[in-house]
Amino acid sequence: MTFVLNPLRQLWRDLRTQKLRTFLTTLGIVWGTVAVTLLLSFGQAMHRQMLKNVLGLGNAIVISFPAMTSKPFEGLGKGRPIRVTEDDIELIRKRATLVDAISSEYSETLKLKMGTRTMAVDVSGVSPEFGEMRNMIPQIGGRFLNPIDAAQKRRVAFLGDELAEDLFGATDPVGQIFRLHGSPFTVIGTLEPKTQDSSYSGRDKDKIMIPGSTFRALTGEKYVTLFIFTSKDVQHTKQTTDEVRTILAGKLRFDPTDKEALMIWDTTEMFQFMDSFMFAFKAFLGIVGSLTLVVGGIGVSNIMSVVVEERTPEIGVKMALGARPRSILTQFLAETLIITAIGGIVGLMITIGICEIWPSGMEEYMGIPTVDTQVALLTSALLGLIGLVAGFFPAQSAANLDPVVAMKMT
Amino acid sequence: MPANDTIIEMEGIRKVYDTGKIQVEALRGIDLNISQGEFVAIVGPSGSGKSTLMNLIGCLDTPTAGVYRLSGQLVAGMKKDELATIRNRRVGFIFQNFNLLPQITAYENVEMPLLFGGVPRRERRNRIEELMERVGLKDRMEHKPTELSGGQMQRVAVARALAMDPDILLADEPTGNLDTSSGGDIMELFHELWEQGGTMLVITHDAALARRAARQVEIQDGLITRNTVGTGAGPAASE
Repeated sequence: MTFVLNPLRQLWRDLRTQKLRTFLTTLGIVWGTVAVTLLLSFGQAMHRQMLKNVLGLGNAIVISFPAMTSKPFEGLGKGRPIRVTEDDIELIRKRATLVDAISSEYSETLKLKMGTRTMAVDVSGVSPEFGEMRNMIPQIGGRFLNPIDAAQKRRVAFLGDELAEDLFGATDPVGQIFRLHGSPFTVIGTLEPKTQDSSYSGRDKDKIMIPGSTFRALTGEKYVTLFIFTSKDVQHTKQTTDEVRTILAGKLRFDPTDKEALMIWDTTEMFQFMDSFMFAFKAFLGIVGSLTLVVGGIGVSNIMSVVVEERTPEIGVKMALGARPRSILTQFLAETLIITAIGGIVGLMITIGICEIWPSGMEEYMGIPTVDTQVALLTSALLGLIGLVAGFFPAQSAANLDPVVAMKMT
Repeated sequence: MPANDTIIEMEGIRKVYDTGKIQVEALRGIDLNISQGEFVAIVGPSGSGKSTLMNLIGCLDTPTAGVYRLSGQLVAGMKKDELATIRNRRVGFIFQNFNLLPQITAYENVEMPLLFGGVPRRERRNRIEELMERVGLKDRMEHKPTELSGGQMQRVAVARALAMDPDILLADEPTGNLDTSSGGDIMELFHELWEQGGTMLVITHDAALARRAARQVEIQDGLITRNTVGTGAGPAASE
């Protein structure tokens, strides 16, 4: 017990008798900790928010638009439109080994009538898989399109949240009926509001989704506007895209190397870019914060050196009375570490406080900053390291003092 | 002089300070034996090497050459931490300028060697109270050194030196910073301690204090020039 308690008592005595110095030293560490944790928390919040915005478009999907050939192929001239039918999509579904899910999308602006209101809305005919791929989460009480809807060509509709509110106001839209292109449709679900910062044909909140089969029967459309697919492994999205292109090229007779026959928007590239961008961004913030902390650490080291100098006679006396050099070293090291720890804890609490009172109005751009365990652990490790390094050199010079010389330094 | 009673045994002790360009030979071959219960005064002009000798005896420093045994234990070649333990257990220092820590109380000053020696809390309290009573300052325990007179400070220092019950008390000009009357009190205290069986070694300019010692050792230019039994106190009381 005494081996643990006695050094602690000495330490407490030292800190107590040097209140101002302890306070100023701690302040440097507090500021450094606030800088690191605040920057990292905000960086992470922004990353999360960006991810959320991108996920609004879909879950690592590839969007593919059939377009026009740009190379002649097997006697067919260039400039020939490529038109993809549901059978072609079915073929990909059967043949492509790398594709996880695929859905066609037919879209057109159709006339909607409800009571006395008439309006033009963007309507998409899609497969049931579309819901999960595009993060179409239904609000409670509703559902997305299902395989039975598709098989039976049901006249059912899934509504974007803002369109639903515009049409039905406070009334629950599920089960309501409206006329689309002259036919009655029943609402089966509405979209749970989501953030979406990119789109290819208007935001989902303003759209109506109906089964693709129903869409074809309703409008007579035979060719897909576009189709989307996901890879079984996100890392292999490129190969998956090539596989899809090859299958379609064989069926529709175009050059598989013709990039323009099938326009591709690979949204996973966005994820990859964002990941590397955010990594660089967070590294930058982390380095800036760490440097602040290192400056704080240098401050501590400096002050501890002054303290050692100031207390040289005292150290000399203690050594004459039998204090071991090792215990002198431990004492100064412990003192530095405790100052660092206190500064770190206070700094962390300030950051948590700032995150608590951070206005939520900026969520769309900055996200909600929080101090998570990762940030806290990283900061603690950094603080510990800085404390050790900052304390070691002054502590060592204290332990190496010659007691005879030290005592005379009054 | 029976060897088993010998506390300090020095043979051909030399100490050279190497300051880079010049080498200063502070001690040039000291032979000195001090037995249990002796009261020895070391006298000599300033610069004669007597403080160096005391630092060596107190294991604050190590000799360049020669053999030194403290209570039969060979000091040469010891590590810094081992020397610290020797200082803590075997030697009690008393300095001219007291060397009390000003921020802490008299009690805490006396407590320090006990803390370094790992003495448990309850034992420390008993020991400190006993010592403060012995130096007549039991009512001043919670005072800080700045609230005490010079003589009182030196008595606290004596209590601190006695804390770990050392084999020998080493005092370097203990009365040098005191007025005559306080100096007299300290000399009285030393005499008492000696009569109670303590072994004392005092470095002094003070002729009165030197005369109280049973034995006087004079040093000049790093050599012992006189080693005589003093006039004042007579030979050591045996235990």
